[in-house]
Amino acid sequence: MTTPSLPGSATLSRDAGGARLALSGDWTLLHYMELQARANELAGTVGNDVKVDLHAVGAMDTSGAFVIAELLGSQRTQALSQDESLPPARRALLKTVGDAIDTYCKGVKKPRDAGFVVLLERIGKAMGSFWKQTLKLLAFIGITLQGFASTALRPKHWRVTAVVAQIEQTGLDAVPILALLSFMVGAVVAFLGSTALASYGASIFTVDLIGFAFLREFGVLLTAILLAGRTASAFTAQIGSMKAREEIDAIRTLGLDPVELLVLPRVLALLVSLPLLTFIAMIAGIVGGGVVCLAVLKMSPSMFLSMLQEDMSLTQFLVGMAKAPVFAFMIGVIGCMEGFKVSGSAQSVGEHTTSAVVQSIFVVILLDALAALFYMEMGW
Amino acid sequence: MNAQTVAAPARETVIEVRGLINRFGTQTVHENLDLDVYRGEIIGIVGGSGTGKSVLLRTIIGLVRPIAGEVRVFGENLLSLSDERRSQVERRFGVLFQSGALFSSLTVAENIALPLIEHAGLPRMDATRLAGVKLALAGLPVDAGRKYPSELSGGMIKRAALARALALDPEILFLDEPTAGLDPISAAAFDSLIVTLRNALGLTVFLVTHDLDTLYSTCDRVAVLSQKRVLAAAPIDEVARTDDPWVQAYFNGPRGRAATFAAHKGKD
Ligand SMILES: Nc1ncnc2c1ncn2[C@@H]1O[C@H](COP(=O)(O)OP(=O)(O)OP(=O)(O)O)[C@@H](O)[C@H]1O
Ligand SMILES: [Mg+2]
Repeated sequence: MTTPSLPGSATLSRDAGGARLALSGDWTLLHYMELQARANELAGTVGNDVKVDLHAVGAMDTSGAFVIAELLGSQRTQALSQDESLPPARRALLKTVGDAIDTYCKGVKKPRDAGFVVLLERIGKAMGSFWKQTLKLLAFIGITLQGFASTALRPKHWRVTAVVAQIEQTGLDAVPILALLSFMVGAVVAFLGSTALASYGASIFTVDLIGFAFLREFGVLLTAILLAGRTASAFTAQIGSMKAREEIDAIRTLGLDPVELLVLPRVLALLVSLPLLTFIAMIAGIVGGGVVCLAVLKMSPSMFLSMLQEDMSLTQFLVGMAKAPVFAFMIGVIGCMEGFKVSGSAQSVGEHTTSAVVQSIFVVILLDALAALFYMEMGW
Repeated sequence: MNAQTVAAPARETVIEVRGLINRFGTQTVHENLDLDVYRGEIIGIVGGSGTGKSVLLRTIIGLVRPIAGEVRVFGENLLSLSDERRSQVERRFGVLFQSGALFSSLTVAENIALPLIEHAGLPRMDATRLAGVKLALAGLPVDAGRKYPSELSGGMIKRAALARALALDPEILFLDEPTAGLDPISAAAFDSLIVTLRNALGLTVFLVTHDLDTLYSTCDRVAVLSQKRVLAAAPIDEVARTDDPWVQAYFNGPRGRAATFAAHKGKD
């Protein structure tokens, strides 16, 4: 097989004894394309009475045998594999490949033709899977709440170490990036505000703008979005790779509860750290806005603070803060749930991680919009 | 069955291992190991767990760089070849890894079609059709081709991995415990499949196995790995007579005796 080889060829001839198909050359993977092309040419012309002559064939491998067997059809391949004049090795190969093709062809279903119906089918499937997704999320929320309820009264099942470790990872480690981010967004809001309000001669109200924005919305929203990207993805990847390596199944067979072991500490940690981070984001945002006020509007620090104190009621702070635990819960639950949905492959871990981030950001913004409507109706 | 169809005397050596030394940290796995594998034979590699069978296989296919010694495949030292030449040589062998090593993000059919597309330059359509035949050849139903490796049973993974190893119609087939995890019927079918393929394609098969029935029914020669080297490499009846405690325990233990009995009964 190391010597350069001649591509196989097939010639169909007719004489007194009837039609005769003579094959020669090498029928190997190397020449597969040529062989297949030649076979396609001959496909219609090889009748049932044709005598097949394989004696001039050089090397033959499974790919070549496949082309021959497909050209001749299963019956004649079987007949050929009984032909005593061929070397036993070749007959064995033809028989093996012939059998394989028989089983192969039996199982192949015709591909369905694409078109409008397929489009409708896909839309329907997508809607169906969205609905299932929502149900699964609700179910998982239920499982998590049940887990909380059942462990709350059993202090033995509190996993304090795990919770503290998760708080460090999800909370403490996120402080620098979150503070910096909020500071800068605060500064940007202040710039925008002072420019826009200046045309009404009301640039002093930039202070109120910053206060309202960060206490009610931006503080908690920035934190939630940052954690959705940072923590939900981490939860999915951690739990997902455990799932992929059957570790979750191992947890179950050891009589332990994966929800209690993996989900509760993570969700609890987020419930603690997200409100705390929200507070930090509020402060950092207001400081960022304040710095701009001092620099651009030439305000004095005491004036900035006294305006804030006068115009901002405690309600603003509470209204913003009240959303934090809800967001925390949803981010944690979605991150963990996606982790459990991972199936074996490495790719699946990646897909679900992406999905966790997208879903949790979507849910956070959706809930925030609903909350804004609600607060408006309540006049808070 | 075909155990005694050893090739004629002037045998061409396709794998040549000389003075091989492999070490991980302070643990020496191979010490001055020599081994020859001849074209067209099925050689079984046996040895206790952790004696370095898989490491030997990985060294031969160039995945492990030995501390010392020389490994020649088709007369070439893989590690000293240029990337391009090496890839050409590597195309001539197929490997079934102990854990299958199927690509988890591709379907089974895509796993098999991949080398056909990449190396043989086949269009996707043809590659997929050919992949289906290789699957059937390895004894898997066609719908298995659409599944992902994580959706297969252990035995199906072995078969899918064999189909991928056979994709390019290799000259040497390296199999690391192919029948582990198969039911006895499938294992026997697997054995006869390997013999058929060897007879039909003139394959050389390097077979690492613990399965005594496989050894008796398929292998022309058996190499025993023990005490960091190849203790014996000869037809199985000869090896079974070697005066070594491990070999004696292996072949003359209860399982060994049962397999010997079955093999001799099969021949009568
Ligand atoms: N990458 C590695 N790093 C360190 N040690 C290794 C490595 N690979 C293998 N070993 C060691 O080399 C020894 C031989 O391993 P190998 O996998 O070849 O065993 P084996 O004979 O195939 O066993 P089994 O029959 O269980 O598959 C073992 O002790 C193993 O711990
Ligand atoms: Mg091994």
